[in-house]
Amino acid sequence: MSAPAQASEGKTYSKVLLALFALTVITVLAASVDFGSGNAVIALVIASVKASLVALFFMHLRHEKSMNAIIFVSGLLFLGVFLTLCVIDTDTRDVIRPANPPRVAAPARPR
Amino acid sequence: MSDATAALEQHGNDPFLQHHFSNQQQQADAGKIGMWLFLVTEILLFGGLFVGFAIMQSLHREAFMQAHHHLDRSLGFLNTLVLLSSSFTMVMAVDSARTNRRKRTAVWLILTLVFAGVFLGVKYVEYSHKFAEGLLPGNYYHHPGDTVPGQFMFFSFYFMMTGLHGIHILAGMAAIGWALRRSLRGDFSGKYYTPVDLVGLYWHLVDLIWIYLFPLLYLIR
Repeated sequence: MSAPAQASEGKTYSKVLLALFALTVITVLAASVDFGSGNAVIALVIASVKASLVALFFMHLRHEKSMNAIIFVSGLLFLGVFLTLCVIDTDTRDVIRPANPPRVAAPARPR
Repeated sequence: MSDATAALEQHGNDPFLQHHFSNQQQQADAGKIGMWLFLVTEILLFGGLFVGFAIMQSLHREAFMQAHHHLDRSLGFLNTLVLLSSSFTMVMAVDSARTNRRKRTAVWLILTLVFAGVFLGVKYVEYSHKFAEGLLPGNYYHHPGDTVPGQFMFFSFYFMMTGLHGIHILAGMAAIGWALRRSLRGDFSGKYYTPVDLVGLYWHLVDLIWIYLFPLLYLIR
């Protein structure tokens, strides 16, 4: 609560809302163009910008004691660990050699 | 009179200061830390679904691609705008409470409830459309004329994620209703408005989750 007790921040909030609307329109427009695998990246980057605006302004993280931000960001960090390890696992199952190859009797070699 | 006695006197006169806190600031800070910890557990709750979605989508790209065409992009877009607006009205309610404008606090909270209702209304239209077409999760999926198999998986995620999110909207509406009742009763002032503040944090998190759900479910290609 470092903000002065009396001043209203309504104007800032309105600007943030307009930015969020604009980003929503941009993300819908970007989805109608084919960027190949870039589409998913663009959508997630825009979503993260929107999420940051909400967290910093609407959830007051930019004024807040740093403890709250640390809690929030460490939560996201663990979500990142969870996601990364899972994706690494499932995406590499085909390329990594099986640890226990099926035991098949070797065919008898022709002389 | 010693300082300690004076502080105690003052303490006793404030009906909204719990006896185990020394002042309002300390009480508000403690409440906020608790709320942020709770929000992290919420992120991890939805996180499991997001990770599951990412894995299944990468394994069954074609099915997810086909299935998401059944979603109405314009309704999803509309609901995103509605929910962002509700976040704005919520933060304005907190702002009005902080700056001691009680009537405005109530009006902004009512507006937030209205936007939340509109969101659920649009969701109802979407859901009934999916039900009618047999676009249901798992075993219940019976959409005729599919060329790509496995689309039921997308709808399992769709209903789990939007359903859990919808439950959070309902819980949020209950919390906003409670804050509204207390605000009409005149509990809040510039010195004490933590309940509105914390309900606001929860509401913004629900918005935050939708910000990711919308592109993932409606806009993937």
